[in-house]
Amino acid sequence: MTFWELQLNDIREQLLMMSGLTEKVFSTAIRALVERDDKLADAVESEDDQIDQLEVQIDERVVTFISTHGAVARDCRFVLMASKISSNLERIADEATTIARRSRELNTEPLLKPLIDIPIMADTAQEMLRDCITAFVDMNPELAIEIIARDKTVDSIHKMLVTELTALMIESPRAVTRALNLMRVAKSIERVADHATNIAEEVHYLSRGLDIRYNQGLKGR
Amino acid sequence: MSHSVGEPDMKAPESAAAPNDMPTSQPPASSDHPAIIKVEKLNFAYGTARALHEVTIEIPERQVTAFIGPSGCGKSTLLRCFNRMNDLVDGARIESGSVQLQGVDINGPDIDVIALRRRVGMVFQKSNPFPKSIYENISYGLEIQGMNNRRKLDEMVEKSLRGAALWDEVKDRLHTSGLGLSGGQQQRLCIARAIAVEPRIILMDEPCSALDPIATAKVEELIHALKKEYTIVVVTHNMQQAGRCSDVTGFFYLGRLIEFDQTDKIFTNPSDKQTEDYITGRFG
Repeated sequence: MTFWELQLNDIREQLLMMSGLTEKVFSTAIRALVERDDKLADAVESEDDQIDQLEVQIDERVVTFISTHGAVARDCRFVLMASKISSNLERIADEATTIARRSRELNTEPLLKPLIDIPIMADTAQEMLRDCITAFVDMNPELAIEIIARDKTVDSIHKMLVTELTALMIESPRAVTRALNLMRVAKSIERVADHATNIAEEVHYLSRGLDIRYNQGLKGR
Repeated sequence: MSHSVGEPDMKAPESAAAPNDMPTSQPPASSDHPAIIKVEKLNFAYGTARALHEVTIEIPERQVTAFIGPSGCGKSTLLRCFNRMNDLVDGARIESGSVQLQGVDINGPDIDVIALRRRVGMVFQKSNPFPKSIYENISYGLEIQGMNNRRKLDEMVEKSLRGAALWDEVKDRLHTSGLGLSGGQQQRLCIARAIAVEPRIILMDEPCSALDPIATAKVEELIHALKKEYTIVVVTHNMQQAGRCSDVTGFFYLGRLIEFDQTDKIFTNPSDKQTEDYITGRFG
């Protein structure tokens, strides 16, 4: 392996480490919500810093690689997508932090309603994120397309939840704070699915060189 | 009677059947940039050593075409086939296939090679100005063609030097030696000399390999400007230069044209793995 291939490998390994950590903090945030556990919520916030640092390090390495090697073709796609993927991972970690904070607030009051739809939504988003990492490792564009299709499921549950929580707020003013917190949690999970969709599109571009954002490149498939 | 190659009144023959040994991709045909050179199933050898295998390629008019590939891949050999510079090499010969310039087979028996080289100028790796003044470097070719009118010669010298983006730097010392210019200026003087005889095509064989980055940038800028009037084919080992300067790029390997496509396609998402491995530095 040449020295510049080693540099690319370093970026890849850091990205995988960041993916694993992000998946973990998101999972921990959902557990903090479902299990009503403040310690888990605290753990999410403490790990967010590490993910921020990894994003900075990946960007530094990408800039160095482009500046010194003039990346082209798959190397160019790799470093550009590595930067974009790490940015999406960092935002997922931010959403996890938001979920953790809202969980702590929710834990101060009794449950507004049994948590059924939010864990389903979170499971789908988490599976999307996990499959993104698999698609990245395997350079699997077909899996990337499957992941993108799942975003609609998350969107529809989110929409349904917003309607339900709005109705609860109209019925009972005492429910407003908890309903707003749950709405914010649902929005964060919906955003996590959006970021996973972005990553899937980036993995597709990385592996096939075809940009499928905004449905372009998928026409005629 | 010899053909004056590439004259507009020469009629192109009917297009030949699609070759069966095409590279993985070809740039889309364009009405704005029709093929000015058509190479079909060209096999070329130096003695017994085959240098080009079944090369089929169409060079688009008024575009910059880059040839890339590792040393010995045949890119310079093909370039020299376009103005029959290979005629000067002992044992070099076309085994089969054809090279057509605007529909005329340039290896036909009636071809006037001098006229061909006037239509297809060349700039070499190492700048090679004549040991004459800057002015004479440009006027020499024109005078050989029979141009004796001093005012007309003055006009052509200025036009050519302006065309090569050199006029402002040398207008006050036109009658000093061309050899006194810097390396980059000498290379632009050679380009000015090439365009003075109003060619249709300019071939450049690694024109910047001996130049520093600033001189390289000037020549690259010039290449970009020249394509408005001329068809340019450039051989380069500098991948970034090919990426910056050219509209279409052909990748050669072991005497074969592996891939020929739009430059942005070649450098972002090539179709062939060998091309990708070469441009990313994994081999070659």
